[in-house]
Amino acid sequence: MNALASHALGGVLLIPVLAAAVLTLVPSYRLAARINVAASFAALLCALALIGHRPPPGTFLFVDDLNVVFLVLNCFVGFTASVFSAGYIRHELETGRLTPFYLRFYHAMYQVMLFGMSLALAAQNIGVMWVAIELATLSTVMMVGLYRTHEAIEAAWKYFILASVGIALALFGTILVYLAAQAAVGPGLPAMSWLQLVAHARSFDPALLDLAFVFLLLGYGTKVGLVPLHAWLPDAHAEGPTPISAVLSGLLLNVALYALLRFKVVMAANPGAIPPGPLLVTMGLVSVLFAAFMLYRRRDIKRLFAYSSIEHMGIITFAFGMGGPLANFAGLLHMTMHSLTKSAIFYSVGQTSQAKGTQKLEEMGGLSVTHPGLAWGLVIGVVAILGVPPMGVFMSEFLVISSTFARAPLLAVALVLGLLVAFGALVLRLQQVVFGAPKGQVRPVHTTYVPIVMHLALVLIAGIYLPPMIVTWFQNVARSLG
Amino acid sequence: MGRLDFEVAHFLAGLMVLISFLMLYQDRLYSLLNIFALHAVALAMAVAWQAQIQDAPHLYITAAIALLFKAMIIPYSLHRLIQRLGIHREVEPVAGLGVTMVLGLALVALSISVMLPVTAAAGTLAREDLAFALSVVLLGLLMMITRRNAVSQVVGFMSLENGLILAAAGAQGMPLVVEISVAFSILIAFIVIGVFLFRIRERFDTVDVAALDRFRGERR
Repeated sequence: MNALASHALGGVLLIPVLAAAVLTLVPSYRLAARINVAASFAALLCALALIGHRPPPGTFLFVDDLNVVFLVLNCFVGFTASVFSAGYIRHELETGRLTPFYLRFYHAMYQVMLFGMSLALAAQNIGVMWVAIELATLSTVMMVGLYRTHEAIEAAWKYFILASVGIALALFGTILVYLAAQAAVGPGLPAMSWLQLVAHARSFDPALLDLAFVFLLLGYGTKVGLVPLHAWLPDAHAEGPTPISAVLSGLLLNVALYALLRFKVVMAANPGAIPPGPLLVTMGLVSVLFAAFMLYRRRDIKRLFAYSSIEHMGIITFAFGMGGPLANFAGLLHMTMHSLTKSAIFYSVGQTSQAKGTQKLEEMGGLSVTHPGLAWGLVIGVVAILGVPPMGVFMSEFLVISSTFARAPLLAVALVLGLLVAFGALVLRLQQVVFGAPKGQVRPVHTTYVPIVMHLALVLIAGIYLPPMIVTWFQNVARSLG
Repeated sequence: MGRLDFEVAHFLAGLMVLISFLMLYQDRLYSLLNIFALHAVALAMAVAWQAQIQDAPHLYITAAIALLFKAMIIPYSLHRLIQRLGIHREVEPVAGLGVTMVLGLALVALSISVMLPVTAAAGTLAREDLAFALSVVLLGLLMMITRRNAVSQVVGFMSLENGLILAAAGAQGMPLVVEISVAFSILIAFIVIGVFLFRIRERFDTVDVAALDRFRGERR
């Protein structure tokens, strides 16, 4: 069984690498898109196999209750995004926005990015995790600049500079964690392994750990897109190809948050260190409120949902900052639900902006008349992200709010205010795009409904009935997060 | 470990801080690149010295990478790039030189006052090296903020990464994984930057980042 499990983990990591190598050599974009889908699907199967059988923890890689959830989610969204991407790029090629040469590059980078994210999630060693996040970041920088318009280059440059600075600060934090661990665990690889860090966190020097966490919070917080470190996020989402926006929002933000979460566990295990909770609560709440008000001023549909991602990352950070089994459970659930819903929204948005030939909100209108299928996808997606029952997001947001009300009612009021403000903004914009007299162009698009339906069905099912097995699983993870 | 070991280690780390200050006020791209090469040489010496006194031969590799890539290949390629872009004559006014220097001094004071008390337990060798490393990191950040030219921002970023490697080398027994990966990622980063510079040039006929601001997405 162990051998099978090791193979499965190897598959999750090696398939994208091999696929990236193959994809650089394949000139035909049709074939490349198919290979991309097939490779992502194979990686998904391997990730699913990990649920049942886990390999024993190694020096560099390990799978536990926490990261297996994200590995599966990562491979699942990676797969559906590749399905969506196949139709999306065909349109881009036909309209001449991309050339076959760039597509070859795009497909290879797509797999490199999936590899980087899976490696970051499965890493046992904080150094390896850092390298993996840097790899995923660099590959997304390349993708954001893919269209080579003024805006795309500016977005990619800004993303690159801000993310590099963030990642540099995170490395400094990583070095400080190593220094703190080295005094207790001894020099060498063990002082960088998650399992050793958590086991010995009690005896670390608290002052050093405090300083390390500040750097890690600023560094990885930049990648999560927490206000005030979020400046790169809306531009990067808006100017890159939409499959990448979906993956950025749905996965890369989660990966950075996962890194913070791991370090939070180490911090919480040390009695002398400052509790990480209040810091996370503050940053989360500021992100929610800021993003909620900024939603009103958006004129670009992809930017609109990028700000909505900042808002939801804020909610999740807030939940983990509150801590305790219930809030952690809500945070985990919300991370999953947000990934599924937000990527489904980006799938609809991508096809909508292709159909309308623009991303400007004011030039869109009457989508329900011109493209009823897309309009339904968009409406259900937005309704889900707004947290309307019976969707899964409602359940996780409800849990966050109710658990906060019991402990800090004032914070809960602020959070609810943020949610309501965002609710108003999104309803306003949605109504503008979907209903009313048709506006803008009507272009033929290759609509791919399968990924949207799959994601939204999962979100709906999770909202109505969450299997007890998953509930106990999440509860166990939530307890281990402290 | 003798007293001399510390003295030399601190001297080399201090030298890097000093060179970071020199970079702050270079207004010509060529001289900026030359000073950056000097920075990388100082880094290579500091890391090699750490390898010597910690008896950690793998750090020699890191030192060699710093010397080869950062002190030679990268400055050389950037020289070529600048020539090709035809911006080698450009003088980049460093706005508010006095203010920048005072800010730089404040950052060094900050990093020393933050790091020294915190790292009291981490061993004498790591202590002051870390304080210097943080100074180099912060000075790199300051340079990225004060410069408008894309090439100087890149140089600022690379000097920042030099500070990180100094910190990693100062941390006793830190596994090789990190150093090599850092070196490689810098290389990757450089390629990325190179590609971007070409693209920026193609589109705007300038590498001044201010030109990019005009195309900010949401302005009408």
